[in-house]
Amino acid sequence: MEILVCARRVPDTSENEIALNSDGNDIERDELVYSINEPDNYAVEEALQIVARVGGNVTVATVGAEDDEEILRREMAMGANHGVLITDDAFAGSDARGIATILKAFVQKGSYDLILTGVQAEDGGAQVGGMLAALLDYPFASLVNSIEVVDGEKLKISREIEGGNKEISGIDLPCVLSIQTGINEPRYVGMKGIRQVASIPIPTYGATELALGASTVGAAAAKVTRVDYFVPALGKSAEMLEGTREENIEKLLELVAAKGGLK
Amino acid sequence: MARIFAYIAHKNGMADDSAVELLAAAKKVDAAASPTAIVTGLGANLDAVCSTLRASYGEVWKVASEALAYPNAELIRKALVKIVPAGSIMLIAHEHFGIDLAPGLSIKLNAAFVSDVLAIDGIEGSNLKVVRQEFGGQVSAHVRCDISSGAVITVRPGAFKPTEGVALGGTVVDKSSEVSALTAGRRYLQTVVAEAGDVDITKHNVLVSIGRGIQEKDNVSIAQDLADALGAAVSCSRPVVDAKWLEKSRQVGSSGKTVKPKVYLACGISGAFQHLAGIKGNPFIIAINKNPKAPIFQAADVGIVDDILEFLPEFTNKVREMHSVSAK
Repeated sequence: MEILVCARRVPDTSENEIALNSDGNDIERDELVYSINEPDNYAVEEALQIVARVGGNVTVATVGAEDDEEILRREMAMGANHGVLITDDAFAGSDARGIATILKAFVQKGSYDLILTGVQAEDGGAQVGGMLAALLDYPFASLVNSIEVVDGEKLKISREIEGGNKEISGIDLPCVLSIQTGINEPRYVGMKGIRQVASIPIPTYGATELALGASTVGAAAAKVTRVDYFVPALGKSAEMLEGTREENIEKLLELVAAKGGLK
Repeated sequence: MARIFAYIAHKNGMADDSAVELLAAAKKVDAAASPTAIVTGLGANLDAVCSTLRASYGEVWKVASEALAYPNAELIRKALVKIVPAGSIMLIAHEHFGIDLAPGLSIKLNAAFVSDVLAIDGIEGSNLKVVRQEFGGQVSAHVRCDISSGAVITVRPGAFKPTEGVALGGTVVDKSSEVSALTAGRRYLQTVVAEAGDVDITKHNVLVSIGRGIQEKDNVSIAQDLADALGAAVSCSRPVVDAKWLEKSRQVGSSGKTVKPKVYLACGISGAFQHLAGIKGNPFIIAINKNPKAPIFQAADVGIVDDILEFLPEFTNKVREMHSVSAK
């Protein structure tokens, strides 16, 4: 099975406090720790596990800039066969539809049975996978938390729905699935593994190779534009305890007792 | 002004809570709008939902089809593309079904798409102005959406407070005949109900709830020690389950359990909305997190900026000391 995983490099919210820059038009990006978008990493692991069972290849592609190569190498160190960087100045300012359009053009350059994305990006909203599927006229499922290959033409999948319940469906190949975190346990990647793939060339694709014009991608084609970032006004915000740890613990004990929380 | 539609999810003959929230959102797009509800399904349940919605929506489009008896996003998308006029604004709840439906629908309607919207600031020229959150709710963004060829907007559950409605006595329009011969590459097979766990977190008055801040599986015992001292149970947020440190049955949130404790200690939990959606009954929320910008501090009653791995053991000791004093 030929599997394409669409991945992104994003600021890691578990490692960073996200703050606004002085102009308020972006977040402060200096000294941010970036990593692969977490659900995308689960998607790559899932692709690797499928290929281990039924054979095939895993390609990881990202639409981005030179710095984003690092996540491709990381995923190649995990076992992905190929990494591809899709990059062009003309792609800057694309909205989700623009990114999906770029990915569609890339998909049509190859031949993939299955396309995976992470369920959503840290700065996104679960958009690109479903849009890509519709552009390709492939079936789509979001929030996928298990995949079983039935035969060369079908999968049996499970989606995470409300209350921890699972919705089981059959889906035809080729299809696009957005992968929920927790579907598997992504393997560990050490520095040694990354060094081993450091010299493998990573092919790049641009607007020319993908025959994409400014009418479909980039800022000019974007219908959706972020105007600025802001820190929301606090609604019901917490009373902060700002004493020493010992004082805070004393106060907390009183509060918990008052609210009926001590047995 | 573009026509506004709301796609209404329903179950067992009852419209989802989002039905009235989508109506409130539509009024934020255009206060003068008379949005139309669209309901798909089959049989008596569908009729019951349509009938209920007449109280809040001036017009209800009913789409009955054997193929739509179970809400399959691909089939519903194909049905909507046949009946929704070009240039319309389509509102959908941002939950598991909306996430399945909306992105592809926007492509097929050739409409702009904005997902998970928290606030709508009205229309300016050909642009709709909305607010989204990014980076787990640490920052918000003003987003401009060109609606000149229509838009699909998913709306965060709970973000729009239903307005006091007048009983409209709206009409039900049967659109079923416009939708025929629907086929999809995805077929619903069955729903598997979540397994019950060893501990029922929905039955506890006090929850010690842990998030990513617990850092590793061996540290879960730190929370369990506190829970034991308090006579509480340990619950958690999604990353703890993803990492297999606790069972899925311990997860609080929209994809986990809904809990109604008296006291909720959120320890090392950032406070994503999917997690907060699982906390009901207005408990006293105490948040302990080393990131002062964690969104949990906006939802909590009391907050402490500290490392839970150091704070919790000391807190546990104090609780134990207190018990031993009161036992004497």
